[in-house]
Amino acid sequence: MNAPLYLWLIPALPFAGFLINGLLGRRLPKWLVTTVALLAPLAAFGVVLNAALSLFGFGPAVSSLPYLETCPISWINVGTLHIDFSFVLDQLSLVMLLVVTGVGFLIHIYSVGYMAHEEGYWRYFSYLNLFLFFMTVLVLAGNALLMFIGWEGVGLASYLLIGFYFQKTSAADAGKKAFIVNRIGDFGFLIGMFLLLANFGTLTFSEIAEKLAANPGWQGGILTVIALCLLLGATGKSAQLPLYIWLPDAMEGPTPVSALIHAATMVTAGVYMIARTHVLFDHSPFALSVVAIVGAATALFAATIALVQNDIKRVLAYSTISQLGYMFLGCGVAAYSASIFHLMTHAFFKALLFLAAGSVIHAIGGEQDLRKMGGLWKKLPVTFAVTTVGVLAIAGFFPFAGFFSKDAILYAAYVQGTSGKVLWFVGLVTALLTSFYMFRLWYLAFLGKSRSENKPHHSTPWSMLVPLVILGLLSICGGWIGIGRFAAFLTPSVGARPITAEESAPLELIISLGAVGVALLGWWLADIFYRQKPERPAQRAADFPVAYRVLANKYYVDEFYGATIVKPLLFGSRYVLGGFVDTAVLGGAAWLLGGTAKFSGALLQRWQSGNLRSYAAWLAAGAAAVLLFVVVPWSTVLASLSAIHFGVAGH
Amino acid sequence: MNAINNSILTLILLVPLAGAVLVALAPDRAKLPNWIALLTALVSFGLTLHLPAHFILGQGGFQFAINRPWIENPAIFYHVGVDGLSLWLVVLTGLLAPVGVIASWNAITERRKIFFVLFLLQQTAMFGVFISLDLMLYYAFWELSLVPMAILIAMYGRKDGPKAALKFFLFTFIPSAPLLVAILWLYAKTGSFDFVTLQILIAHGNFPAGPLFWIALAFLLAFAVKVPVFPLHGWLADTFSEAPVALAMVVAGKLGLYSMLRFHIGLFPVQAGAAAPYLIALAVIGILYGACLALVQRDFWRLLAFAALSHLSLITLGIYGFTFTGSAGAVYQILNHGVVDGALFVLLGFLYDRYATSQIAAYGGVASKLPRTATLFVIASLAMIGLPMLNNFVGEFLILSSTFTGVSRGWAIAATLGVILGAAYMLWLVQRLFYGPESELTASKPADDLHFRELAVLWPLAVLMLVMGLAPSIWLPSIETGIHPPGSKVIMVIQGSVLPRSILPISSQGEGQR
Repeated sequence: MNAPLYLWLIPALPFAGFLINGLLGRRLPKWLVTTVALLAPLAAFGVVLNAALSLFGFGPAVSSLPYLETCPISWINVGTLHIDFSFVLDQLSLVMLLVVTGVGFLIHIYSVGYMAHEEGYWRYFSYLNLFLFFMTVLVLAGNALLMFIGWEGVGLASYLLIGFYFQKTSAADAGKKAFIVNRIGDFGFLIGMFLLLANFGTLTFSEIAEKLAANPGWQGGILTVIALCLLLGATGKSAQLPLYIWLPDAMEGPTPVSALIHAATMVTAGVYMIARTHVLFDHSPFALSVVAIVGAATALFAATIALVQNDIKRVLAYSTISQLGYMFLGCGVAAYSASIFHLMTHAFFKALLFLAAGSVIHAIGGEQDLRKMGGLWKKLPVTFAVTTVGVLAIAGFFPFAGFFSKDAILYAAYVQGTSGKVLWFVGLVTALLTSFYMFRLWYLAFLGKSRSENKPHHSTPWSMLVPLVILGLLSICGGWIGIGRFAAFLTPSVGARPITAEESAPLELIISLGAVGVALLGWWLADIFYRQKPERPAQRAADFPVAYRVLANKYYVDEFYGATIVKPLLFGSRYVLGGFVDTAVLGGAAWLLGGTAKFSGALLQRWQSGNLRSYAAWLAAGAAAVLLFVVVPWSTVLASLSAIHFGVAGH
Repeated sequence: MNAINNSILTLILLVPLAGAVLVALAPDRAKLPNWIALLTALVSFGLTLHLPAHFILGQGGFQFAINRPWIENPAIFYHVGVDGLSLWLVVLTGLLAPVGVIASWNAITERRKIFFVLFLLQQTAMFGVFISLDLMLYYAFWELSLVPMAILIAMYGRKDGPKAALKFFLFTFIPSAPLLVAILWLYAKTGSFDFVTLQILIAHGNFPAGPLFWIALAFLLAFAVKVPVFPLHGWLADTFSEAPVALAMVVAGKLGLYSMLRFHIGLFPVQAGAAAPYLIALAVIGILYGACLALVQRDFWRLLAFAALSHLSLITLGIYGFTFTGSAGAVYQILNHGVVDGALFVLLGFLYDRYATSQIAAYGGVASKLPRTATLFVIASLAMIGLPMLNNFVGEFLILSSTFTGVSRGWAIAATLGVILGAAYMLWLVQRLFYGPESELTASKPADDLHFRELAVLWPLAVLMLVMGLAPSIWLPSIETGIHPPGSKVIMVIQGSVLPRSILPISSQGEGQR
């Protein structure tokens, strides 16, 4: 027996907040803007919580999953195409919703303090609510096209929020770049949907799963193509190779936005989408291995760049890309629940790290350069404490949240045969690098002597501290549920990871010890480089100038895309298509035709004056022409003409 | 009610005409011509709303029809009527009339009487094109729709009106001549200009295929230029940059696209089927070509022109894909394009009124000075680039997905690339106009934001974009009746004929389950 859960309220409430603040916010008093902006995600979180509680037997009535809510009026209904507004609550979307609305609400609170003195306060919050609306639609969607509303919509919210300081050229550039690069991914998503329609005749996830379940022998082939198209979409949204380039630039947005959208929630949509459509991937070992390779490669690649970044937010951005790589790696070895587990803990500790970074930036007057920080632990004790928790969590120290989830992914990779060992090893190296660059950040920002000219002046308001503390607690104990119980809960949604012969409890322990070992190693190295011998990094950079420059310039990937795609496209459009084809060829042809019609052109001069009388003359002439046409036996003329035509064709 | 139903189409034709006469007679004092035009436009819009309100879904064929002899020899009938295909296009034409008047409110300061007389005349002509079921009547309105346009471009051109008008004239009038010849040939063969009669006669194979090929081609050429279809778009950019906003926003697209569906495919399904592969190729080229060129334009009118080429090509693709879903999507997309392009034209027109240039590089940072303009422009741009939840997405998805499943995967994939390019040129335009630091021009020139009058036009359009994106079911069921007339003899006759299945005019097979 299902009690109504009112799922539609989950997106509807933030949307109402968006409308109220977006349309009226300019005129409303600030406290009212704040109230509306905070109530919307809080109420949505309440609805999710209510659903969760009633599932676990605390509510008024017990509901069972998956729980479906469909609008009686369908969205698109033409011919054979039938798309509903349908929301699905299952274990997967429930976990995701708790993260999105929960972390989302905390970041809304944080923003109240962080954005207090900004112009366009109302605009900021209306966008933030808009984001939550789209994100919850994405999560709840029961079919791919509805998911696509949320998918593109979160991209829109991201575009608006990255470009929040739109007077800044770099911010406007970054917003645009994010949207366009995401569009490349969306192209893949769209083609994937077309293929689904062509092969399944539906975009509804449950129907696709049913059809696949009915044909267990259906492997690879077109399913691989579909899965790879969807993967292209996922790499765009989740900033994986080769489409990750927009995320570092997205740091132009306000820091809470980086925490919510570009770390905790939106960028995980790709992982969520793969988990949601996992049946397709499960039927294509090739697509799965591509997912794993993309994930592992991105994890390592981004981690190496993070080693040498000096902007605190950019370090975190590359770290996010790298951690998302872990999640893809997890998906690629069919350990979807481990991926979602890491998605959840990452949401906690990465949101925490970003918000803590924001608190640092806020306190020292907008400075983001790690080289100009240092010694902040005394002045910002709470921020220092929670950052420490965040760093320990992301580095994977026991018993912090990141340990459990990262370990689950590494273990799942290791037991997948030989190729799994390679993936595991890449993951392990990445873990070492992660630990190193995070402790580097920690040392540079908080320890040592202060290298800053401006003294911390802002005190951190409670609205920023409370979310930090809550996220700090979650970063500590968010993983304690353990992968076993978490996976068991998610199994109805994403299936269970296939158990291999290699698995055993001792092996699991060894893998865990290995992960913690490299984390310690990373800390130790960072300690040498940034505490014991602070001159070391510059020396090493001087020893390997080429390697350092390549890393500092992020492998010149942006420059590569610029030179191979953007510039040729613009050049080709401007000179080849615009100059040659449009102006020379087509314009020339028209000019030639025009030359033959010069006679009429000369006549035209007469009525160009706009003289109505000559226009009337024209109409009369036209009428005369009509009569002429009627009088002449055109049928005979045309028949003879066509005879000629056919005579020619006949030979 | 019956009396109204019988005379509503005539009223729709006559009201703008009466308004034009009134403007001509009234003195050119204060804003009197504007007010008369606005009132006329609102009344005629109100009248068009009668059509969907009383349109009967289950009933096939043409509704609100009148068929009376007009001229005895040649036998020209006053035969008008609407079906699912033309129903909403009439409403769209009605909707854009007040929008056009508001857009011209301050932009047109000289010779206002002539402007509004011709504007209203053009309105009647467009209504006439959509409702005429007698080919001669249709042709008269088709020509009539070109004339005020050419004159107004010449009179009100921003830089070189006469040259643009000449180009428009050459491109559109010349192909109309073969169209007229073709219509007259049909008349000479049958003694009838009646659309329905001709449709049945042609479907029964009463004509030799040879001449029919040329006749169909003449029809197609006239329409393809008017849409425009690549490579016949030479007039578009000049017309967009010279024509007054109120006319530029109706000049491209719907008339030609509608005529393709009604008269090219409707009369010559076999010939249209044979031409389809070429048109599909040209459409896909047009989508990418227009988008690439839009990317590098320095003038926003020209950018909008190439963007329009890209979007209209997509609709052409939907039409000549000959799938049921694609055709319905194409008709829906004509409406979407009308609404979105209308809003963009109005907004750019306001920018032009205030800053007197269409050079994109001269702008910058307008968002902080004119936030309401920026907001509405961003909404319209997002609709334009097919953001889901807004209207264009529905049409684009229907067309692209049906092309993919029912026509050709390769062409569909190529066409879908336009999605990426569309976002690129539109967002780049938004950025260069509205974001970044204020430019010399925008910093030095004080300008006021949208007024009530302008907001009263633009907000409803913005809301319409959302409603059309979320609830296409308001429009699509009636459109579907126009695509696949239930119980239509013509379709059945064609399906029973010797046509290979691949060029069946409307096939709902081949889509979906496969």
